[in-house]
Amino acid sequence: MGAGRLYAAVAAGGFRRYATYRAATAAGVFTNTVFGLILVYTYQALWDERPHLGGYDQAQAVTYVWLGQAFLSTLAIGGGGVEDELMERIRTGDVAIDLYRPADLQLWWLAADLGRALFQLLGRGVVPFAFGALCFPVALPADAGTWAAFLVAVVLAMLVGFGIRYLVALSAFWLLDGTGVTQMAWLLGYFCSGMLLPLNVFPGALGEVVRVLPWSSLLQAPADILLGHADPLPTYLFQGAWAVVLLGAGRLAQSAATRRVVVQGG
Amino acid sequence: MAEGRLGRTAEGVRAYRLIAGMWVRSTMAYRASFAMTTFGNFAATFLDFVAIMLMFSRVDALGGYPLPEVAFLYGLSATSFGLADLLIGSMDRLGRRVRDGTLDTLLVRPAPVLAQMAADRFALRRLGRVTQGALVLGWSLTRVDIGWTADRLLLMPVMVASGCGIFCAVFVAGAAFQFVAQDASEVQNAFTYGGTTLLQYPPTVFAKELVRGVTFVLPLAFVNWLPATYVLGRPYPLGLPQWTAFASPFVAVACCALAGLAWRAGLRSYRSTGS
Repeated sequence: MGAGRLYAAVAAGGFRRYATYRAATAAGVFTNTVFGLILVYTYQALWDERPHLGGYDQAQAVTYVWLGQAFLSTLAIGGGGVEDELMERIRTGDVAIDLYRPADLQLWWLAADLGRALFQLLGRGVVPFAFGALCFPVALPADAGTWAAFLVAVVLAMLVGFGIRYLVALSAFWLLDGTGVTQMAWLLGYFCSGMLLPLNVFPGALGEVVRVLPWSSLLQAPADILLGHADPLPTYLFQGAWAVVLLGAGRLAQSAATRRVVVQGG
Repeated sequence: MAEGRLGRTAEGVRAYRLIAGMWVRSTMAYRASFAMTTFGNFAATFLDFVAIMLMFSRVDALGGYPLPEVAFLYGLSATSFGLADLLIGSMDRLGRRVRDGTLDTLLVRPAPVLAQMAADRFALRRLGRVTQGALVLGWSLTRVDIGWTADRLLLMPVMVASGCGIFCAVFVAGAAFQFVAQDASEVQNAFTYGGTTLLQYPPTVFAKELVRGVTFVLPLAFVNWLPATYVLGRPYPLGLPQWTAFASPFVAVACCALAGLAWRAGLRSYRSTGS
């Protein structure tokens, strides 16, 4: 029982920590809205040229843009999750303190990241999405069931997103400087999650490959449920499977790292 | 008076050169790391163009513009922005310096603060972005069908230089805003990165009000839209007179002057954290 309370407290701390910087949050909301605005017009031009591209109509494509802007910081697709801090702690050796806390390293950071993600969703995601929904023709479901199914997919997306970024962060145990890995992870994530363009618009075999990679759990999977483009159950299975694989790999990497690697510092 | 201002400008340029040179030497101490981060910078900015190529894998034209013409706009926007980012892209660290009080260090040094701030952490790896933009521009020039005349040819370098000037003004104005906003440094990204992304697409794609806004209010359209539509021989959506295609250098100078005033006002209002 005590453990559950501990991680809940860590998550609440993560939430509050990000909630402290109100000006930064407002600035982020503004920037996401501006980028959404630019993207919406390019998507509209694209769907004008080819209606029903990728099986979406124009309103669905517009909805997809604003979902992307809402998820960019929530799922830390563009970086900026807790992994930066964890990496820095590994580099400086502070991670040793985390390791002798009576808490599990992975669960601790997962809780912190979920708290952060929840705040980003409410603080940074809702406003640009609402702006988009008010100012542009969007396709939103009317029934509460679809919205609930969508929210479940968002939580699973948070788990997958953390799973990927935790592995990226742990690479610092071996590489010490994580700049290169972070950058590669950012590039891959941005491309493969569908932030550039919905994955069902990707041509041919490339489209099929990106759709089975873990990143498609982040934006594409919840979006397809909200847009009525995919059934919840198979989507949950796909996301859940990737979450288990990635978090399991993170656990293995963590035990390897704590057994083999000498911690930095004096 | 004029001589004094000229002297200060020369002093600023000299300080900028010295500081930037120092950062370049320090970067070059780790050549492999430099090569990798430059490549990363190149690849990251290439993603924008990948999005455009993906779009064109499914359609033949966007807003009536075929791929080579969009690439032409993209190359011009990315090259001018890349140059501005290389020259003074570090300005967006000002908010952090205000917050942690390290701006005070710059204030006591006998060199203009603007030059010090602009050259701070001068990152040669940003050549990656410039290179990427220039490559796309070069490719587009081999594909696009332009009736070259002397004035169109002359517009090309003028466009890149004025575009760089306009983006520099945006960077400086954004930094001036950070004196007031501190934490809100991300707002600047909407105008810098957002601006260059906007200009990568044809003006015909966007709503008239938005095009009006970036033509008359925040004159980003003078970076490439107005001159480039003239070079391509296409009409500009707002139906402006033709001479506006050649107005970019003057717009750039005006923007830089305004940004300079904003910077002064910002610097004057600065209060140290005292720590």
